[in-house]
Formats: sequence, structure tokens, C-alpha cells
Amino acid sequence: MRIRHPKDFLTGVMFVSFGSAAMVLSLGLTIGTAAKMGPGYFPFALGAFLVMLGSVILLRGLFWAKGLHGWPVLQLKPVAIVLVSVILFSQILRPLGLLLSTAALVVLVSKASHEFRWKEALLNAAVLVAIVLVVFVYFLEFQLPVWPSFIAGRI
Amino acid sequence: MELLSNLALGFQTAVSPMNLLYCLAGALIGTLIGVLPGIGPVQTIAILLPTTFALPPVSALIMLGGIYYGAQYGGSTTSILLNVPGEASSVVTCLDGHQMARQGRAGAALTVSALGSFVAGTFATLVLAVLAVPLSELAFKFGPAEYFSLMVFGLIGSVVLASGSMLKAVGMIVLGLLTGMIGTDVTSGAHRFTFGIPELADGVGFVSLAMGLFGICDIITSLEKREKRDILKSKLTGFWLNKEDLRAAWPAVVRGSLCGSILGILPGGGAIISSFTAYMIEKKSARNPENFGKGDIRGVAAPESANNAAAQTSFVPLLTLGIPPNVVLAMMAGAMMIHGIQPGPRVISSNPELFWGVIVSMWFGNLILVLLNLPLVGIWVRLLSVPYRLLYPAILLFCCIGLYSVNNNTFDIGLTALCGFLGYVFHKLECEPAPLILGFVLGPMMEENLRRGMLLSRGDPSVFFTRPLSLAFLVLAVAMLVAVTLPGIRRGREKAFKEE
Repeated sequence: MRIRHPKDFLTGVMFVSFGSAAMVLSLGLTIGTAAKMGPGYFPFALGAFLVMLGSVILLRGLFWAKGLHGWPVLQLKPVAIVLVSVILFSQILRPLGLLLSTAALVVLVSKASHEFRWKEALLNAAVLVAIVLVVFVYFLEFQLPVWPSFIAGRI
Repeated sequence: MELLSNLALGFQTAVSPMNLLYCLAGALIGTLIGVLPGIGPVQTIAILLPTTFALPPVSALIMLGGIYYGAQYGGSTTSILLNVPGEASSVVTCLDGHQMARQGRAGAALTVSALGSFVAGTFATLVLAVLAVPLSELAFKFGPAEYFSLMVFGLIGSVVLASGSMLKAVGMIVLGLLTGMIGTDVTSGAHRFTFGIPELADGVGFVSLAMGLFGICDIITSLEKREKRDILKSKLTGFWLNKEDLRAAWPAVVRGSLCGSILGILPGGGAIISSFTAYMIEKKSARNPENFGKGDIRGVAAPESANNAAAQTSFVPLLTLGIPPNVVLAMMAGAMMIHGIQPGPRVISSNPELFWGVIVSMWFGNLILVLLNLPLVGIWVRLLSVPYRLLYPAILLFCCIGLYSVNNNTFDIGLTALCGFLGYVFHKLECEPAPLILGFVLGPMMEENLRRGMLLSRGDPSVFFTRPLSLAFLVLAVAMLVAVTLPGIRRGREKAFKEE
């Protein structure tokens, strides 16, 4: 059988899973009564409502949608590279310092573009490292670890 | 005249050199980011939120206001010059504005957009000043039941006027409400949905959520498209309007200001709807509607005035009732809460200098935009010739540094990446993230009022239907829901959004 509206179907699946997760997690909290609601009452009710909504959207996507619709088209490269570089930045900022992390983030994330060129990315990284140093470190005085911790520790 | 003394108080706050400077800085940076194609006010505010954290609350709000108008103004600049709307509310401006630019009248189009915005902004600021006190006094009569119903009404209203599937949008609201539950429950102190992560005890950071859903997600989706931009090569000249232009434009500006001021106050209203409506009104009422779409100056003047008026008056429900009517104002609400100010009727009485200072500085912000941005438009255009492949690493980098500086921890950066991923999933499933943000901002307040309402009524839910104001809000909410499902209106709604 073909799913008539895959995007709706998947949205329904997403809502049902988030909703049931909320319900299950709320059960671990005090639910309370209508007059004296515990921390779990409102989230549980919201979760139930979301499951209901999600089921309708899911069924609509499966059977009731007019016409046939396509599956969402994904391009893995941009999303993967952007997310990986952001997470990498968060992991190396403290140990390696702002300057190295900036350069790493800029060069890596530039790879996500289909017009990537090594020279340009490196140049861009150099310019941005300079801007970051001037604007954030010296001008705005953000509290950032500038140098790698193994160097900063010795100065 | 209480109004005059209030405005005088606002002037005192707004013209202090520091605040003027922040207003100027906000307007400039806002335009700078807003001029980048595909980046509208929401993304701009999301990206720039951390820059305001170090400031005192008044200055921070003034700067954010400046960022907001600047971003909107930047959006119309790109619409006119490049036919690339920076944001949804300037889509209509593209129609006639870009045609004017093609006919070599880009300068006139930019001027009329700036002047129209300024006139509309002045008018809307007055509307805001006049309505604020009576509305906030009304809000003091609200009990928890009224507040809860008002929030339901506001949330439903924001969905009804949005594009796309209603069911999905309601689902996104609920998801937003649930996201707002994450963290420590205020009443009982219990940790909810924190998965034992200490950083989540204070809840999901507003900045992480907004930056992930709008900033990072936007970069990813722009990278998926491989479009080339055509850059207007012709020189910008002729900023002066001739007599004919003025005669055609001023009634359009007046109508646009009125239309925008009214629609801005309604829940779900705001810049997008009002610019569409104003354009429609102009086209329908014109003696020669066939000129529209071919570079008619009224087609620029009306929507630009309307969206600016609406941008201003949509502060009315936020500042008086504590209900953000649309997603941009939800961002402002989030920013206010970060600075320890709970938006709502108490702002006027407890922080009058903040309230009136912000209102007056809105007017200054508009003035700055007219005085500064017209001469600077050449620089903005040059900024557009910087290729996207060099820009997005910079935007992403500033996002990351800003995120780190919010709490000086790297957890927020990771959380933002997660929100960015979710935003990408929502985008692929055609779920609008805006209702989620609204739900997130209103969630804790809604729960608190529900709990208090039910506590006072000893668990009897009929309290929401027997108190007249509360009932009225709920009836209105249901009426709106029913109205959009009626076939006639539904078709009209689909048609209106197709034209986007």
C-alpha cells in the first residue's frame, strides 16, 4: 500500500511519539487532582492531546489525503556538516581555545557548500579569527577561553 | 494630560546618550543582518539576542526594538533591489518595488518605503501609547480563568492566520507548550523532563531554542538550495520623490498605517498579514488596478507602512496583557524574561520608565532608520554581493560564540544543535516552527493560570465557561477555528497564501 501523504504521515508519527513520551514521563511525576494539580497533570493532558492530534494527522496521511504526495527530499551533506561542526565547536572550545575552534568551525562548515574551495575557506577562517579576536575578546570583553588550555596554563 | 507626561517620561529615558546609542546600534546591526537574503526579523533577533545580555533591561529592550525595525527595513531593501524578500512581510513589497527598481526608480521606492514606514511608525506609536494604560487596567481585572482563556484565544488566533495545515500548527503549539514544561516546576519544585541533566533544571534556554529553530535551521536549508542571486548592477540614483509620486503615495500610506495598526493588535496578526491586506485594499480600491505589479508606487507605500505600523502595535497585547500576538513578539517576550521582566500589565505600573522609554525609543528607531539608512543603502547593497559561502560560516560562528556567552557553558551550544536538527525535521515535514515558539513562551504562564483557576474553583472546570470574559475568549477561539474550516473561507485562505 502506498502512503498517500508521507509528510503528514511522518508528522503524525512524530507527534504521537513526542506525545506518548510526554505521557510516560509525566506518569513518573505526581499527577494530583483537578483541584490540586501536581507537576505531571498538565504535561500528561498535553501529551494525550498531542497523541490524539498526531493520530488524526497520521491517519489523514495514510488514507484520507487528496492525491498522492512525495516523500521529503533530504540532502544529508549540509545538515550533517553544519550540526557536526557546531557540536565539535562546543567540544573543543574549552580545551583548544577560541582561535583554534573558530578556525576549525569555519573551515569544516565551509565544506557544506557546494562551492567549497580550500584557499577561500582558509582565508575566510583567518579573517574571522581576527574579527573574533578584535570584536569579542578585546572590544566586547566576552569571557572566552582564547588560547588552548595547555598553553594558557603555562603563561 | 497623563499621556503627555507619560511620553515626557519616555523621552527622558530614550534620549539619554547611552540609550540613543543602543537604539542606533540596534537599528544598524538589525539592518546589517536583516539585509541578508532569507534572514528576517525572527532570525535576526535570534542571532543577536546574546549581544544584549550585558546591557541593563531598558537599554537591552531599546536595542532589540532597533534590531527588529532594522531587520524589517533591511528586508524591504532586498525585496526592492533584488526581488529576494528577506522575510515574509516584505514579500508583497517585491511585487511593485522590484518592478520600480527595474525601471530605474529603486531610489524612489526605497525612499517611499522609508518615509511610509516612518509615518506609519509615528502613528502606531501613538496608538500604542493611547491604548496601553486602559488595556493594562482592564488586564488587572482578569483572574486566572480569564488569563487562561485569553491565552487559548491568542494561540488559536496565531494559528488561524498562519499558512499551512491547521492541525499541524496546533500540534506544534502543543509541542511548544510541552517544551516549556522542561525544567523545574515552579509550584512543586519537581524536575520535569530533565533526564537528570543539571543544565536542564532551568529549562530549555530560549536563545538555544530560537537560534536552533530559526538561525541554524535556516543555514542548513539555504545550503540545500543552489540558487544564484542576480545582483542589481545599476547605480542607485533619484532618491527624491516627485509631486506625482507624493500625491499617489500619501493616501496609500494613511490607509496602510490604519490597516496595519488594527491588524497588528489582533492575535496572529502582525507584519505579514497586514502588508498583504494593505496591498489588497490598495489594489481593490484603485481606479487603475492593472498598474499594480508593474511598479505602482502605491504598491510599495501601502504594505511598507502597514507592516511597520503592525510591527509597532503588536507590542500592545504583549506589554499590556502579556500575550505575544506573533512569533517576533514571542522573541521579544523571551528577551524580556531573560532580563527579569515578566511582560504583562504590571510593566506599566512597576517600570514606567522602561515602558514609556521603550515606546518613545521605537519612534526614535524609526527616525534613525530614515536618516541613516537611506544614505547607507549603498553599503547594504554591497554587503549583498558577498557570496553566501563566505557569509554563513561567519553567521554560524557568531551564533556559537553568542550561545557560549549566555551562560558561559558549552551545553547550550549542543542543545542548539539539537534544536537546529529538530527545526530541519520540521522544515522537511512542512511544520511551521513559529507556533512552537509561541507555545514555549506561553506554556509556563498557561499552566500556572490553569492550576490557580482550578484551585480557586475547587476542581470545577466550569469556571472557564461561567465567567463572561473567559467564556467570550473561548467562544471567539472556537469561532475562529470553525470559520477557517468552512469551505468558502478555507478556499480564500489557501488562495491568499498561494499568492505569497
